[in-house]
Amino acid sequence: MSLQFNNEQMTEFNGLVARYPEGKQKSALLPVLHLAQDSFGGWLPTEAMDYVAGLLKIEPIEVYEVATFYSMYNLKPVGKFVFEVCQTGPCMISGSDNIIAYIQKQLDIKPGETTKDGIFTLKLVECLGACGYAPMMQVGKIYREHLTKEKVDAIIAEYRMQVIVQN
Amino acid sequence: MGVKLLLEKANVPGIRSFDVYRREGGYATAEKALKEMTIEAIVEEVKKSGLRGRGGAGFPAGMKWSFIAKPEGVPRHLVCNADESEPGTFKDRYLMEFLPHLLIEGLLISSFALGSNDTYIYIRGEYAWVATILEEAIVEATKNGFLGKNILGTGFDCMIHVHRGAGAYICGEETALIESLEGKRGNPRIKPPFPAIQGLWMRPTVVNNVETLAAIVPIIKMGGDEYAKIGVGRSTGTKLISACGNINKPGVYEIDMTISVEDFIYSDEYCGGIANGKKLKACIPGGSSVPILPANLLLKTAKGETRYMNYESLSDGGFATGSMMGSGGFIILDEDQCIVKNTLTLARFYRHESCGQCSPCREGTGWMEKILQKIELGKGESSDIDLLWDIQRKIEGNTICPLGDAAAWPVAAAIRHFRDEFEWHIQNRELSQTSNFGLQHYADPIHVPA
Repeated sequence: MSLQFNNEQMTEFNGLVARYPEGKQKSALLPVLHLAQDSFGGWLPTEAMDYVAGLLKIEPIEVYEVATFYSMYNLKPVGKFVFEVCQTGPCMISGSDNIIAYIQKQLDIKPGETTKDGIFTLKLVECLGACGYAPMMQVGKIYREHLTKEKVDAIIAEYRMQVIVQN
Repeated sequence: MGVKLLLEKANVPGIRSFDVYRREGGYATAEKALKEMTIEAIVEEVKKSGLRGRGGAGFPAGMKWSFIAKPEGVPRHLVCNADESEPGTFKDRYLMEFLPHLLIEGLLISSFALGSNDTYIYIRGEYAWVATILEEAIVEATKNGFLGKNILGTGFDCMIHVHRGAGAYICGEETALIESLEGKRGNPRIKPPFPAIQGLWMRPTVVNNVETLAAIVPIIKMGGDEYAKIGVGRSTGTKLISACGNINKPGVYEIDMTISVEDFIYSDEYCGGIANGKKLKACIPGGSSVPILPANLLLKTAKGETRYMNYESLSDGGFATGSMMGSGGFIILDEDQCIVKNTLTLARFYRHESCGQCSPCREGTGWMEKILQKIELGKGESSDIDLLWDIQRKIEGNTICPLGDAAAWPVAAAIRHFRDEFEWHIQNRELSQTSNFGLQHYADPIHVPA
């Protein structure tokens, strides 16, 4: 099997499982899927789900049914940075439509698509609990709030720069 | 300035750290509770306080605690519901992000009162950095002897574990949350049995909201009777309100529930008035599920009395002319906002978040979204409004969990109060694509900017 946690990830996995009583290791499934997604390139191929099932000693179907239920698990490959832009009521009345249109134009992609260079994915999501700081989007583990067109430009430039530096 | 019980120390530099929180008097209440009080005495203070669940339902917290079963040899669990996902609501995030130790102190006292040795914080997956803040605070509290084995020499063991969800509004419903915490899809369970009898891993479980559990600290500190003196009627203590939408000062505010809705919106201490000098059109006062009210019914009840920011006053008039306190997610819409479009985004939200278990909700939320989309795109027919009304009525009360009601109410209220705006969209198919219905008769009768 090619997909496997390295030592550091395995330590984290053991820490997650230890949060639940003996025999209730299935409870760790959601946190472990987050770990797997972070470890295996931002999404969950079937191979990753099967690997998690093996580690937690549960059936693969128990992992599939959970991975398909929750919106944070990506079942298809995504770009290096995923722009998850909120479009629910409070963000909408604060102008999220304009921000979404602007991001589409700047990245030349539609919601659900990834840029050809594989750097950005645009996703439209429902309320992220940042209504007072709207419009907003989530990128990885952080929130980018009070979005304006200028701010979107700066954020795109910032991530492009990160990719250049890493290469 | 109103009374501040939860956010009093929120602006103290470094309050996120154990040392500063402790220096400011933190954990002294937990010490008092664990060393000097009996379990019964703690529960009694919470009952006397009149504290109502701050997640949205408003169920008396002390009563909920008293339901927990105590079979011999079966572990009990306290679960903190931090799956804050109701559109318009971001108060729990604020509490956890800036005052993590206040929540942990509240959890420690509550775990002691309920006999929970392993307590879980179920936090929505998107709040990843907040989960990290909580985990760091738990490590600090453990190092300082406030969590772990034999806390403060009392013989009480308690560990708090953070569990991240993965994006599902439904997991804010307590039985769906428990399913999710067991590593399953967030499908609500049929009650009974209630979680207090068979909850997490079929063990007796209490699920409380973040703000409810944080409020345990001031209640035990000042005593239930003193806490109950703050506020009015059955709206005791303080409430966090997350204000958003078209206002000058969006943010999280602590109020003592004696303030009028008008003062809350227009005073500089709170929302600071409507942004850009616009007029107030409507408000969803308690998170997206509760009925939207036009400005005139928001500021005054149907009887012409001043409406206040508390449980009773916000629901005065029932759903016909009133709304609900809900989660405290306060969404303001100005004169430029389209009620049809706003209702559509909420209908889409509920369609997306329905778990799919009950047909009325699974099918009905999709139909409502499609019909609203049709009206919004200028393709509506006059029969669509009655059809929408009919669908929402058939969802409400016909599902296992309250998500069905939560999806039906916003649509019902929008039609109830803004029917002519829907009709205008249908009668002016082209015009509605380029212009806005505007205020018409919904304007705030008190504040009319020049």
